[in-house]
Amino acid sequence: MLFPMIWLVSGVFKPGSEIFSGEFQLISENFTLKNFADGWYINPNHSFGYFLKNTFVMVGVVIGGTVISSSLAGFAFARLNFIGKWPLFIFMLATMMLPSQVTLIPKYIMFSKIGWIDSYLPFSIPAFCAVNGFHVFLIVQFIRGIPKELDEAAYMDGCSTFGIYGRIIMPLCKPVLFSVAIFTFIWTWDDYLNQLIYISSVDKFTVSLFLRSLIDSTSSISWGPLLANTLISLIPGIVLFFIAQPYFVEGIATSGLKG
Amino acid sequence: MFGEKKPFDSGKYKNKEAFLFLLPWILGVVLFTVGPMVQSLWLSFTDYSIYSEAKFIGLQNFIEMFSEDRMFKHSLLITLRYVFLFVPIKLIAALLIAVLLNQNVKGMSVYRTIYYIPSIVGAGIAMAVTWKIVLSRDGFVNEFLGIFGLGPFDFLTNPKMSLTTLALMGAWQFGSAMVVFLAALKQVPRELYEAGDIDGAGKVNQFFKITLPMISSTILFNLIMGIINAFQVFTQVSVITNGGPADSTYVYMLHLYRTAFESHRMGYSSALAWVLTFIILAFALVIFKSSQKWVYYEN
Repeated sequence: MLFPMIWLVSGVFKPGSEIFSGEFQLISENFTLKNFADGWYINPNHSFGYFLKNTFVMVGVVIGGTVISSSLAGFAFARLNFIGKWPLFIFMLATMMLPSQVTLIPKYIMFSKIGWIDSYLPFSIPAFCAVNGFHVFLIVQFIRGIPKELDEAAYMDGCSTFGIYGRIIMPLCKPVLFSVAIFTFIWTWDDYLNQLIYISSVDKFTVSLFLRSLIDSTSSISWGPLLANTLISLIPGIVLFFIAQPYFVEGIATSGLKG
Repeated sequence: MFGEKKPFDSGKYKNKEAFLFLLPWILGVVLFTVGPMVQSLWLSFTDYSIYSEAKFIGLQNFIEMFSEDRMFKHSLLITLRYVFLFVPIKLIAALLIAVLLNQNVKGMSVYRTIYYIPSIVGAGIAMAVTWKIVLSRDGFVNEFLGIFGLGPFDFLTNPKMSLTTLALMGAWQFGSAMVVFLAALKQVPRELYEAGDIDGAGKVNQFFKITLPMISSTILFNLIMGIINAFQVFTQVSVITNGGPADSTYVYMLHLYRTAFESHRMGYSSALAWVLTFIILAFALVIFKSSQKWVYYEN
């Protein structure tokens, strides 16, 4: 089941010539770490770490924006009464089902007209606008499980609505906010199509775009460094998964799938 | 009066505050969701290349699509084939493994993790690159098959095998569907199986008569999600085969991407986007309609 990854891990430590040799050995006699060093510096201008940093920064901002805007909207839907609450809520659910290809091109045109192409703004700004209804929905469902008495008690003590949001509800929402952060991390890190169309200069390349550039070259590919970089780029996702495993499975399995 | 509790949330409307809380979301909806959607609809009736003005051309894009654009029909067929390969394999694998894991096997959480990891890391380009290497002519899979005297196969370079290979690669990420099935399986009441045992029904019989109906709403969910995802496949195809060999993996999204970002035909590609959306919608509706016959709801 996981054999491609096992193969990757075993290949990464082999000298380039052995990766495709006829006989397969799990651990080579010529066990080497050279591929990592070669892969790290394979680009003459930037180390692989530079592209990792790019991606972490971009994803980090997107996570921050998503958590803030989604929790604000989620709080409103879960705890406040207002005109048009139910139609808006249903509308938000409907946007979850909007296929992304429909908004792809107009968004590109809009970003291109305001000069945001070749930057991370097409990712970060929408994140601060809660464009992904899925996260709002997760948060709404979670907040519904928090007893309203807590809100009421705070209100009696003179707490403002925003205070209830910030001091009562949000601290209790850590698990779902964590889930939102994790989903956002993975979906943004892996969002190849959008990275492809919005980022063009190598300086701003993310890990995905950099990896693609490595296999794109018409000259011969150095396999060892490529495998090393590929493996490194898998690590954040896997580490995150292990940290977040409880939240993942509970989050998916229980959010509104009853019946 | 004195000491009268003002109920916190007794239907009292807090429109102004709610508006402030919802402001980011409202901006997002207008600027990045509904706005683009409306614009995209308008664009589909135009000829537009960003560098010049948009020219309204009525239904011409759609006429061209259905009569002249060979790649439209081709990519649609390829994508349909992909959908009909990917979705059944993914769902069946997810369900089978979920059923197996549900037997309270020792170390179940380890197995669950192992099957789930591909969903997390598999969608990105790193695994696509790895698969591409592993499935190449000199790659590990062919080496392994060679031990048994099989192959070597051109998994990704033989037009007859390439799409099936990609579909299998996609279905390999069945972990997320599996986890959803696991949750559903856990909610099936034990008493039903016990009653089945008493009635002398075998395990297989119980699976078809008890398990499947009880989780049918989850099957519906996974089915729809799977179909929506399958129609939108792009990353793996673009990175691994780029539509080849000989256009055997030229999926719809690839056609859309090329029309928009290589041919710079924004109007035509918007039309393509809408046609895809309607096709997906049609599939979803048909399945929903049929679900009345085979999905069982608790209430």
